[in-house]
Amino acid sequence: MNDSNERRVISVIVVNEASVLSRITNLFSGRGYNITSLTVAPIPESKYSRLTIVTKGSVRVIEQITKQLHKLIPVLRVYEHADIVEKEMALVKFPISENITDIDTLCQAYNGKIVNVGENVVIAMVADESKRVENFLTAIKRFNPKEIVRSGAVALER
Amino acid sequence: MQISGAQMVIEAFIAEGVDTVFGYPGGAIMNVYDEIYKQDGFVHILNRHEQASVHAAEGYAKASGKVGVAMITSGPGFTNAVTGLADAYMDSIPLVVVSGQVPMSLIGTDGFQEIDAIGISRPCTKHNYLVTDAADLPRVLKEAFYIARSGRPGPVHVDIPKDVTAQIAEFNYDIALELETYKPHTKGNPRQIKKAIEAIANAKRPLFYLGGGVINSNAAAEVREFVHTTGIPAVETFMARGTLSHDDDLLVGMLGMHGSYAANMAMSETDLVIGLGARFDDRVTGKLSEFAKNADVIHVDIDPASISKLVNADYPIVGDLKSVVHDMLVHVDKIESDNYESWRETISNFAELHPLTFHEDSQRLKPQWVIQRVGELLGESANISTDVGQHQMWAAQFYPFSHPRQFISSGGLGTMGFGFPAAIGVKAAMPEKTSINFTGDGSILMNVQELMTAVEKKIPVINIILNNNFLGMVRQWQTLFYDKRHSETDLSVQPDFVKLSEAFGGIGYRVKTKEEFDAALKDAVEKNVVAFIEVIVERFENVMPMVPAGGSLFNMMLLEKKESK
Repeated sequence: MNDSNERRVISVIVVNEASVLSRITNLFSGRGYNITSLTVAPIPESKYSRLTIVTKGSVRVIEQITKQLHKLIPVLRVYEHADIVEKEMALVKFPISENITDIDTLCQAYNGKIVNVGENVVIAMVADESKRVENFLTAIKRFNPKEIVRSGAVALER
Repeated sequence: MQISGAQMVIEAFIAEGVDTVFGYPGGAIMNVYDEIYKQDGFVHILNRHEQASVHAAEGYAKASGKVGVAMITSGPGFTNAVTGLADAYMDSIPLVVVSGQVPMSLIGTDGFQEIDAIGISRPCTKHNYLVTDAADLPRVLKEAFYIARSGRPGPVHVDIPKDVTAQIAEFNYDIALELETYKPHTKGNPRQIKKAIEAIANAKRPLFYLGGGVINSNAAAEVREFVHTTGIPAVETFMARGTLSHDDDLLVGMLGMHGSYAANMAMSETDLVIGLGARFDDRVTGKLSEFAKNADVIHVDIDPASISKLVNADYPIVGDLKSVVHDMLVHVDKIESDNYESWRETISNFAELHPLTFHEDSQRLKPQWVIQRVGELLGESANISTDVGQHQMWAAQFYPFSHPRQFISSGGLGTMGFGFPAAIGVKAAMPEKTSINFTGDGSILMNVQELMTAVEKKIPVINIILNNNFLGMVRQWQTLFYDKRHSETDLSVQPDFVKLSEAFGGIGYRVKTKEEFDAALKDAVEKNVVAFIEVIVERFENVMPMVPAGGSLFNMMLLEKKESK
């Protein structure tokens, strides 16, 4: 398995029941697969939840991941598509002393805005492709961010 | 009907046709054991260790093809059973294992004998359940049996808190299963099947590679027909022993680390691997990049994840083997058996060059001779279980298996201590056949307490202990790869195996010669009681041929030619 490690986004539809998340994460740790990010939330008006897992691996590993996921009894469907719309959110806390106008302008370029202004800090939000979120986080370094939180990616097939 | 959770377990077992349950009671499972006391729908066999209960259920399942059932209590009862679950998971054995759990109110409080059982069993079961409401029990138990036996079979663990077994709820087992997320494939894709048939017809040196899936799907009859009508030679994995009869001309032998020269060479020379229910395990393939290097691969398996996991399949077919091979047989007239004449000849030359054999010794019995001899004396009238180690490989190499489900052994996990309890389960499933357990002086001590189980329930398992005063397989590796540093493998300090068996109420023999062995085996079979036959064998015998771990299949260490005197 010498082919390159590619970043892939896998969506998994699972029955929303006790311990289903640990079945998924156990599978990844037990078989030595990588998880870059994982998000999970119930699908409205159904008994299912949707997980979005960002992972890395060779073509063979990714194929194994999807097959092994599918083998889990509560898994209904596994999508591993290249043609997806993908978004990730990040929240960043800045000292109030930074240039808020500049931060706001930058946020807008990444589909975001300032969402909270407090006594000592402002909190900004962006929602964009994971790669662009990364670019944003590089760009805001000069505003001395105090804290950063990323949501992990969510994705839908086109 | 309104009954307790404990009664539901009993009713469900009876509805599933369970006739034997292996288990061990304890605090959290007592409500169920109280109901076991009151019923007469099935037999309960009290093993003397929970690990043995699960292995016995495995032996029962492997011999009968039915779902094996074990019952255990919470905490240490459950953790003792984990090795059995893992063993069954690796070898795709259908089991339902029910464990007690502390009452719901105590879960998460580090209660007495509490452990997160389903957290532990998750990676070594096909599926598991924690039942939090007795009303769910009928559905859960029905699903458990269905999941265990369908698709790629495997163990299912059901953990039931004590208060749930006491809870009264409605029991109706006559319910339709609604498993929207679990629908195993059974039918193979017809186009893929046709393509595979064409590939076989065009191949010059095709080779059947038969795995344990053939036995699990009860497809041996179809596979035999496929092999015989096409005239294509076949190799078997360890797990597939007995698929073809030992005297079948088209059976090349077992392949892999201790496979025969002919089987490993055939696999190295073939131009088309026809993989049926085999999973390209590392003990089979040796170095992957050199495995069947010039061959295309047809791979039929019920488990899509087994296909192209290790070796890329050019013709993947997902489906139940029995059904797929049945569909393949429809097109079998496209395959011309005569085309493979020279290929068959090549393979028989391999077999002549280095036949699977061993050298007799005038001083001490050879372990291989013992296996062969049991084969001559008992043949198809015996079911053969084994423990794990050298004796296990010799049994796979030298016993003349004639039918599927005759050979019961721990393949994937390689669990020492498997053999004796498994042989008890085998005998419980097939009382009309002799149940032999080939074991070693290391393995037998790992579940030796089962002497009590077998004696109490009058389950006459004959344990043949090939005693070389060594943990033989590890000793072999130390001799070959660790410059003879026999670290902690010398088992010269031993119990008196004859007295040990007698202490539990069994019988025992210690034999050193062929005549003594024949007499002991004959006597044990006639007496039809639990027996140990301790056979003193050559200490330094190695299992040969051998492909060193990670080596290529065609680079075998071979039996040294005997010096002519």
